Amino acid sequence: MSQLGHFFGNGISRRDFIKTCVATTAVMGLPFSMAAKVAEAAQAPDRPPVIWLHFQECTGCSESLLRANHPAPATLLLEMISLDYHETLMAGSGHQAEKSLHDSMKANHGKYILIVEGAIPTKENGIYCKVGGKTALESLRKAAEGAAAIISIGTCASYGGIQAAPPNPTGAVGVRDIIKDKPIINIPGCPPSPYNLLSTVLYFLTFKKLPELDEMGRPKFAYGRRIHEHCERRPHFDAGRFAKAFGHETHAQGYCLYKLGCKGPATYANCSVQRFNDVGVWPVSVGHPCIGCTEPDILFRTAIADKVQIHEPTPFDSYAPVDLKDKGKGASPVTTGILGLAAGAALGAGAMMARKLPDAEQPAEHGQGGDHEPKE
Amino acid sequence: MLKNRRKPMMGGSMSHDEYQIHKAKILTPAFWVLLTLTVIGFALIAVRFIWGIGAVSNLSDGYPWGIWITYDVATGTAIACGGYAVAILIYIRNKMHYHPLIRSAVLTSLFGYGLAGFSVMVDVGRPWNAYNFFVPSQWQANSAMFEVALCVMAYTTVLAIEFLPAVLTRLQETNWSRARSFLEKYHGRFGLDTPVVLEKLEKLGQRALWLQPRLDKVLIFVIVLGITLPTMHQSSLGSLLLIASTKLYPLWHTGFLPLLFLINCMFIGYSIAILESIISSYGFKRPFEIDQLSGLASITPYLTSIWLCVVVGDLVWRGQVANALRFDFYSAFFLLEFGLVATGSLLLFSKKRRQSPRWLFITAVLIVLGGALYRFNVYLIGFNPGQGWRYFPSLAELMITVGIVAFEILGYQVLVKLFPVLPRLHGHEVVEKV
Repeated sequence: MSQLGHFFGNGISRRDFIKTCVATTAVMGLPFSMAAKVAEAAQAPDRPPVIWLHFQECTGCSESLLRANHPAPATLLLEMISLDYHETLMAGSGHQAEKSLHDSMKANHGKYILIVEGAIPTKENGIYCKVGGKTALESLRKAAEGAAAIISIGTCASYGGIQAAPPNPTGAVGVRDIIKDKPIINIPGCPPSPYNLLSTVLYFLTFKKLPELDEMGRPKFAYGRRIHEHCERRPHFDAGRFAKAFGHETHAQGYCLYKLGCKGPATYANCSVQRFNDVGVWPVSVGHPCIGCTEPDILFRTAIADKVQIHEPTPFDSYAPVDLKDKGKGASPVTTGILGLAAGAALGAGAMMARKLPDAEQPAEHGQGGDHEPKE
Repeated sequence: MLKNRRKPMMGGSMSHDEYQIHKAKILTPAFWVLLTLTVIGFALIAVRFIWGIGAVSNLSDGYPWGIWITYDVATGTAIACGGYAVAILIYIRNKMHYHPLIRSAVLTSLFGYGLAGFSVMVDVGRPWNAYNFFVPSQWQANSAMFEVALCVMAYTTVLAIEFLPAVLTRLQETNWSRARSFLEKYHGRFGLDTPVVLEKLEKLGQRALWLQPRLDKVLIFVIVLGITLPTMHQSSLGSLLLIASTKLYPLWHTGFLPLLFLINCMFIGYSIAILESIISSYGFKRPFEIDQLSGLASITPYLTSIWLCVVVGDLVWRGQVANALRFDFYSAFFLLEFGLVATGSLLLFSKKRRQSPRWLFITAVLIVLGGALYRFNVYLIGFNPGQGWRYFPSLAELMITVGIVAFEILGYQVLVKLFPVLPRLHGHEVVEKV
């Protein structure tokens, strides 16, 4: 794919490469020291190739990856990762393209990473989506056979997306509804953050295993928390300050967008932290409520203006510890015991001494008592 | 028994007449017990310096000071104020009648203050930075802590000089019998040559003879310093806690802390002088110094009355009386401290009790305990650094304090048998049976 170097600028500098590795390592939630290991994996000569299939979709996921302001993620993916087949990016076409796909699948059988973009129609044997004379269903089943792992990028490949929205005329479904015997990682989002994809691929290359996934098959490092938990408008939510309408004074004030239909309280994603376009923006930061694109039951199934049910109206209780836990060390039974004995002995000795001391001044001999030094 | 004495004059010039060496066996069972405790304490101090404070103590970020500062420094220096309190009486109020008491009081003060300074070195987190104290460019002259440190060091030096006459007298009078027998036993070993060493010792005696009159001339200035310094830093010990307005329980946090600490150290000082004298007399089987002691005891209740009035007046003025009578944890300690001091003082208003060694002992114990508890309350018990923090000294921490106290008593016991410290007995020389 050397012609892409021409398109995206002359390759990737060492500095950009390391920066991107550090960024993806951070997205994975790994310590900084792991960045070196990630960078090493991204350069390994025997790293597995990537095959990228497109089905029912808008290519927005590929676009978001390629059209990022800084080309680093795309360049890294395209140059560092051996992308053997990508229908929208590859120069070849027709039979030549088909041959390239076939050759790569054969040569790297059992080793390559399959990335799927788009939903797969199943009605009428999947005739609604065909590439090279084969239905999406056939292509997917064939490519999945030799894949080491499958990454479903975008909401369509993950859950069916807009194609699967009722009444779902083509019977579109996500990859996980068809392929049952391969490890599948869902990177939902419309589109997802390119860093989430890159981090997942590099995680797989670095550790030779899948990252920890939630019950939706999403990597927990990116989809472990609701965006509401880290939203910059969260203090307004907690204080009960809500934007009442688009363009309203409360909206201009940057108040919480919940009443405008923000799905943040129900949506698991790292948008509020990782953000987009490498300049730190995301929908909520520019005044639009979250539409819940990473959730199978929210986007395309509820109206954008609908409010979600909030199950935890109060802030979660795992902030920095200013709690009631005991700090420092208290009394130990042995210490208190010995101290009590000593105090008792001193008191006793004092009392004994007071008893032995003469009550009135006596001119003659005193102090016939014991020869020890009494304690005070 | 001590009435027909010629009125002594100032300074140490009359020391030959007023003091005597307590002639008794040094290596008593009490000596060995105290020595054991001292050795344990100092071994633990070694552990602290090798493995750090955390290895021996329960100190934490919330409680950066504990029993070492509270007892050894804040309370220990008050208990060591016997020398200060008696010096005020003798030199400020010109009651030379009490002069025989000063030397033993100074000796206890010397141990108390010296070891308080030592405890600070045990307690500070980075003792290797302590040398900065001797670098004037590093001084922070606005700090109450600085003043306390400076005064404690200066006062320890002053006390050492005040005690020096006892040592000098001894050097002149001794015939070095112990040294002789030691040298005879170990003659030739350790490179010791008996005649040479003895000659050197004789020379030391001559130097002492030369130094003594010169020291006597300047001693009064040292004594003046010895009265000024505690006045300065005992109040500063109170000022230290002024900064902890949110951490110290309101019963104790008041602008009067410096004044309360100053009066507190005076009445503790007189009471401890009484205690020390009675315990020495009892332990060494000497007659009680009832005359002087009842005189001291007649001063204490007035001091404590002033102190109690300031405490009560301050509580009323700050609206804390309800807090004091709440009978919760803090109130209980406050009432205990108040009750101990008040009971001890009330009992002392009776002249008959002031003549009784038993009542002198009991009241002095009550006042010292109450006064010391006040300092514990301010420094530790009433101090709450924040929710969740707790502190109770660890055994090793306590044993370090016990070791230091044991060292004080041990040193006192030994030094009174080596140097003329205790008041001279007229008429009957009581010698302990060996």
